Amino acid sequence: MVRYPNVIASLIAVFGFCGLAAAARAAPVAGAPAELKIGVVAFLSGPASGPFGIPSRNAAQLWIDKINSEGGIGGVKVVPVFTDEAGPADKVVTEFRRLALDEKVSAVMGYISSANCLAVPPVADELKVLTVLSDCGTDRVFEEGKHPYVFRTHAHTVIDGVGAARYVLSVNPKVKTIAGINQDYAWGRDSWEVFQRSIRKLKPDVQVVDALWPKIFAGEYSTEISKLLVNKPDVVFTSFWGGDLVTFSGQAKARGLLEETTVVVNNTGADIKDLAPGMLIGSRGPHGIVSPDMEKNPLRKQFIDLYRQKHGLAANNYIAHGAYHYLQALQGLRTAYEKAIKAAGRWPTPEQVAAAFKRLEFDTPSGRIAMAIGDGHQAVEPAGYAVIKFDPGLGVNTFADIRMFSARCVNPPDGVKSLDWIDRGFPGAQCP
Amino acid sequence: MRLLTVIALDGLAYASWLFLVSAGLTFTYGVLRVLNLAHGNLYALGAYLGATLVLRYAAGGSTVALGYGLLLLGAVVIGIVAGPLIERLFLRRVYDKDEEVQLLLTFSISLILEDVVKLTWGVSPIFADAPYTALGRVSLGGINYAWYPFLLTAIALAVGALLWLVVTRTRLGKVLQAVITDREVSLTLGINVPRVYTWAFTVGAVLAALGGAYTAPMFSLVPGVGAEVLVTSFAVIAIGGLGSIGGAALGALIVGMARSAAVYLFPELDLFAIYFMMALVLLFRPQGLFGEIEMRRI
Amino acid sequence: MSPRIRAAAVPGTLVLLAALPFVLSGWVLFLLTVAGAKALAVLGVVLLLRGKLLTFGHALYYAAGAYAAGMAVKYLNVREALVLLALALLAGALLSALLGLLVARYRAVYFALLNLAFSMVLYGILLKFYSVTGGTDGLGIAEPTLAGWRLGGESLRLAMYELTLILVALLVYLAHRFAVSPVGYALRAIRDNEVRIEYVGASVWHTVYVSYVIAGALAGVAGALIGISVGHITPDLAFWSQSGEFVFVAILGGTGSVLAPVVGSILFEFVRNYAFELSPYTWQMTLGVVLLLIIFFLPGGVWSLTHLALRRSTR
Repeated sequence: MVRYPNVIASLIAVFGFCGLAAAARAAPVAGAPAELKIGVVAFLSGPASGPFGIPSRNAAQLWIDKINSEGGIGGVKVVPVFTDEAGPADKVVTEFRRLALDEKVSAVMGYISSANCLAVPPVADELKVLTVLSDCGTDRVFEEGKHPYVFRTHAHTVIDGVGAARYVLSVNPKVKTIAGINQDYAWGRDSWEVFQRSIRKLKPDVQVVDALWPKIFAGEYSTEISKLLVNKPDVVFTSFWGGDLVTFSGQAKARGLLEETTVVVNNTGADIKDLAPGMLIGSRGPHGIVSPDMEKNPLRKQFIDLYRQKHGLAANNYIAHGAYHYLQALQGLRTAYEKAIKAAGRWPTPEQVAAAFKRLEFDTPSGRIAMAIGDGHQAVEPAGYAVIKFDPGLGVNTFADIRMFSARCVNPPDGVKSLDWIDRGFPGAQCP
Repeated sequence: MRLLTVIALDGLAYASWLFLVSAGLTFTYGVLRVLNLAHGNLYALGAYLGATLVLRYAAGGSTVALGYGLLLLGAVVIGIVAGPLIERLFLRRVYDKDEEVQLLLTFSISLILEDVVKLTWGVSPIFADAPYTALGRVSLGGINYAWYPFLLTAIALAVGALLWLVVTRTRLGKVLQAVITDREVSLTLGINVPRVYTWAFTVGAVLAALGGAYTAPMFSLVPGVGAEVLVTSFAVIAIGGLGSIGGAALGALIVGMARSAAVYLFPELDLFAIYFMMALVLLFRPQGLFGEIEMRRI
Repeated sequence: MSPRIRAAAVPGTLVLLAALPFVLSGWVLFLLTVAGAKALAVLGVVLLLRGKLLTFGHALYYAAGAYAAGMAVKYLNVREALVLLALALLAGALLSALLGLLVARYRAVYFALLNLAFSMVLYGILLKFYSVTGGTDGLGIAEPTLAGWRLGGESLRLAMYELTLILVALLVYLAHRFAVSPVGYALRAIRDNEVRIEYVGASVWHTVYVSYVIAGALAGVAGALIGISVGHITPDLAFWSQSGEFVFVAILGGTGSVLAPVVGSILFEFVRNYAFELSPYTWQMTLGVVLLLIIFFLPGGVWSLTHLALRRSTR
């Protein structure tokens, strides 16, 4: 049975909305397509879907709706094509080709796994498809190659390790011994390498007493925690995320590891409501962590309001960093397109958009982002670190002792490889 | 010396967990001669249901004690619902088929259940650690241990003892042994073999779910936990000998100690410990430590 | 079908397939390349299945081939695709010849599990030797030359498609020759009864061993083809889920013919890509249901359908 009043009401709503949108939309420039199709890739299944993929997709969807309600990009409506990032590299690359050649998208944004961020750029260059990497960590992308069609609108993972080292030293300047427990895969290795090299450069008498490498998604860390309790390092560094981070945090808290040493996590790869108070944590940029500057950012406020309306939020306003990163990608694309349209006077080619993207600066819910390194293809971000603290007023965990390390403090200068930069003692770093 | 004690303690705790999660797999194989690739998913279902019950009814305060019973309840519910369903609807039709067909059947059930879990509970990590934290901790030699893993040791011992008693000391056990030894002869003796199979598979399913349920307070649950556990328990029971409860216990001890030693002495080898032990044992004793050599038919 | 039509059918189909790039879009062509390459690994699984040998670790040789090619590009600066393929074939064959000495003694579940264990050990090694293999981030494979021709972009895709087509045709034919050779028949007889084979004087161990090495070599070639086509390799190539996929495709296609893996593989790649599209959230369930249906209603795999159709048309 069809209920007519409902149908009529929704028809009115739809037309009303279209009318509003049309009114807001500027007339498209010459050569503009009917719609701007963008491939949006994120983990929709598997262990990375909960902490990263799904929030990122949700954020991208509501931000695209917002952009469209403001008239789209250059007067053209943005249409996302969502796909799942899960699967081996051959599947991910096949999927990219499908987006480019079959769906004929104008740009692709996304990718959370570092392996995929390394596999996709050569294909993007081959097919001449503008591609914005959105949440992966590896610093190898632009340090080992040039990719004219590829941009990354968030900082690579070096900021997380350097930030962790600087924050640990600011909280506990007397650190003597450190240990690492990281998942046995590339990002775990990279994270540990950056952190231990940085802290030993900043304070040369720091000693590494242990480096543990449990299997990723092992879930059981009793043995590792026992060993950390035996060794009693001053600081334990971890790059765990998702279920592994929650499990480790729970087991470490229950067994008093947090009372014996300082545990520092280089990413908010799990909702902080599930993590043990007392741990130091970095947010892979200025996301989630609320600083006075950030509170004044209107885009951020808008994003949090939209997200709360659509998906609900805890009292601490926590949203996964992946979600902020995906918005950075969208804002970057939008700004680059608008700049290119203005410069070309008509709808731009991918090459013109890429030229506009290079060394671009744009506003996002994470503050102003600059494509400052990697020959203008790689963004820098400040590193935000804090202590997790239970807030009885809000009834949920929140951040305390927040510190922001400016982008110039935690990122290498343009053209310098990250590990070289650390080993040479951070030349050019400007820290408060 | 102290190091050895710590390694042994951690190894024991890990071994208990390993035994608990692999007992069901080896029991099912022992009776039905089918390696149940959906074992990990039954584990996951037990874990998710147990965690949900705990979060809803025993999240804190005075109700915590209820949690341990709820975990058991969750496991039993999953086992007695999923067990007969899978056995009667699917497995029953392939007993006379080739072994690879049976494996593939359970593989396809595993794929389906993987998404059933995802559709029911979503993808966000679920962590019901109240039963874990409520037990508190104990200091042994200056190192804090949580009590909970030792509760698992007790449960593992209880499960092992119960299975052993039932199989060796009861009439039911005699029937089981008869069916295991010779199916056709058992049929002619008037044993209702199909019913024994249904029961055995259900027991295996309950055990799988039990392993999951009592793991839930220790681990955060995410999509894919089942697959991880399946491969681990494979290794454990292959070392001990497929179908042997005692073998699973020994396999669990070997793997538990090996991993614990690896973490302390060669942390770089953590990843390999389990597969390395498996390959090593199988090379020298293809049928596993307690496995029986099967007759080759002519 | 008359013998003459049948004789003309093979070259005819090949020419048709070779001409496909003129009509198909780039991504379908790429999908076919990937499917064709994987079909070679599946072909090995199918050969083993004929002898009742189910392996849950065949991705071991697939990854070995891919990494042999990847390392040769990165460290030896080899750029010639044909050389890379030869290296991968050797890697698959040598590794399976070595491990085959051990696993050829085993049957049934133990055969499946031991293969699984070895493949996971290789996975661990690829992950561990981070500085050499790039760990889980993997290795990029630069654009190669083919018979001396420098390739890139469009021309590389086209060349890889034609090369895969030729290799698949060639190796499927050789697999067919193997299947009808004395060893091939002995392998099939193992399925029915091992002991009887030894009574007639054939060596069961030798039969299993030779088949295992052939299957390993096929997977090695498949790995290199995938590596070169995709341009990036990761340790996931050796993961058990990849082995599971090969077995899945083998059953999907059926074990009745050497052509079945090719049909199964192409079908699988399309189904998976569209299953991902239609229901990215529940694609595993879709695969599971498809597999169940095949087990109960189409035990011979998709290939048995063509068989039925053929029989009907010749009647």
